[in-house]
Amino acid sequence: MKKYLIIGNSTAAIGCIEGIRSADKDGEITVVSKEDRHTYCRPLISYYLEGKTDLERIKYRPDSFYEENGVKVLFGISAEKIDSEKKSVTLDNGSVLPYDELCVAAGSSPFVPPADGFEKVKNKLCFTTLDDALALEKITDKNSRVLIIGAGLIGLKCAEGLFERVKKITVCDLADRVLSTILDKESSVMVEKRLEENGIELVLNDCAVRYEANKAFMKSGKEIEFDVLVTAVGVRPNAKLVSDAGGKCGRAITVDEHMKTSLESVYAAGDCTESVDISDGSTKVMALLPNAYMQGFCAGVNMAGKEQVFDNAIPMNSIGFFGVHIMTAGSRPQESEGAYVCGEKDEDALKKLYIKDNRLVGFILIGKTERAGIYTGMIRNKTDIASVDFERLQKCADLSAFSKQWRKEKLGGVLQ
Amino acid sequence: MKKVFVKEEWCLGCHLCEYNCAFANSGLDRMEKLKGKSIYPRIRVESGKDVTYAVSCRHCKDAICVKSCISGALHLENGAVCIDHEKCVGCLTCVLVCPFGAVVPGENGAVQKCELCLKNSCGEPACVSGCPNRAIVYEEG
Repeated sequence: MKKYLIIGNSTAAIGCIEGIRSADKDGEITVVSKEDRHTYCRPLISYYLEGKTDLERIKYRPDSFYEENGVKVLFGISAEKIDSEKKSVTLDNGSVLPYDELCVAAGSSPFVPPADGFEKVKNKLCFTTLDDALALEKITDKNSRVLIIGAGLIGLKCAEGLFERVKKITVCDLADRVLSTILDKESSVMVEKRLEENGIELVLNDCAVRYEANKAFMKSGKEIEFDVLVTAVGVRPNAKLVSDAGGKCGRAITVDEHMKTSLESVYAAGDCTESVDISDGSTKVMALLPNAYMQGFCAGVNMAGKEQVFDNAIPMNSIGFFGVHIMTAGSRPQESEGAYVCGEKDEDALKKLYIKDNRLVGFILIGKTERAGIYTGMIRNKTDIASVDFERLQKCADLSAFSKQWRKEKLGGVLQ
Repeated sequence: MKKVFVKEEWCLGCHLCEYNCAFANSGLDRMEKLKGKSIYPRIRVESGKDVTYAVSCRHCKDAICVKSCISGALHLENGAVCIDHEKCVGCLTCVLVCPFGAVVPGENGAVQKCELCLKNSCGEPACVSGCPNRAIVYEEG
């Protein structure tokens, strides 16, 4: 009977458990969970603050999950060292666990940029765990002024989560726009407008250089008073366990399409890994829940001795702010790279489709996001746009743009 | 597992399946009570050049919506893709990934999708039993 060991207890780890169990019902599975909690939906912590979920519903899998899958979980324990020769992992409680197959699903940690006086700030935290959300819930009230450093996905979702709970929210970012990693300038402006209409103050092109207990001194000379400081400038992959063991790492743990690291019998999945974005061929960290699950599942299947590849990862995001929905996927190549953009825009909605080498490689949708998955599917499947009625797809995402044969197979159940 | 399949060569484009679906999942006792209401069908009739057909969830074996669901709301029940409306927070990641456009925002913020009428009192999918030209069928596949 195989001994499986998984470091981590979030999305990639759950994917790994389900992947293992799809191929091996009997092997022994042990999970090492740094957080002392049942697995929960990490991206839902802002929805918790908003009141759209609670401590029961936020559970990623039912209470019976570990038992039903024959999983032993070591809660509140961290892994400290991998010995890939001896095939064992040393834990922070001193014990050493042997494994036959190991999956590192250790996630990422928030990055806190150094700044003078940061230690003087009393109420400061990051926003990546349920504990962070519970702490924010505790230390904020109707009179709180909150300063959020970072106008990315985490910072803005934090702003939305806190919106009804506090008096004032200011979000600052070094970039000249919000959501700079997923949106271009034109689309950022639409989101900024919505945030500002709702009373969120945005301070862009600026950063905090010095702090006092309740005040940030910005590079521009501006001073911002606050009661609570949230740092959300980004996360760093937890790759150290694998790099210390001699495993290959770039910005994160390097994995192949089987989710295997360069170490024998060691796999990795989720936010601690980097892999190929098939929309532009580059290697990057795609720290997103769907990829974490699919990587974890793929790792699990391979660990259990069956073969599976996960070779069509792309970045993709679906996120709403104050009622306006944003979806993005793939990459945004420039015209100088031989790409072109088509789409449409009105006051409340925007659609941009990026085409390169006769393939749809990316999109930005704001406002009108109906059936966006038809576009996402084309990116992931590298669909030749000559094989579809692309003129129609530019106007609306529907399946009549695909061939009759394609529909027969997909909708009619007719085998090829 | 039995699934809903559509035969586009027989589809009249009458949209009756949309009404039958909306009624079956509405909890109402008579269909005429739908009159004047916005309906939220889980199947939709599309039309292109010289063609009409209905689209609903394919209940994919390797369902990407389930794998991508950030709230754990979408899950498999004996091979059928089902949704726990209580858990769904309406992030629409499933809409972003479904290659058929078969998951849609519902009435109360949560998404909705075809659950093969397994959770209502129809017995078999209402779109199938109500299709006047047998363009929608419920078969093994």
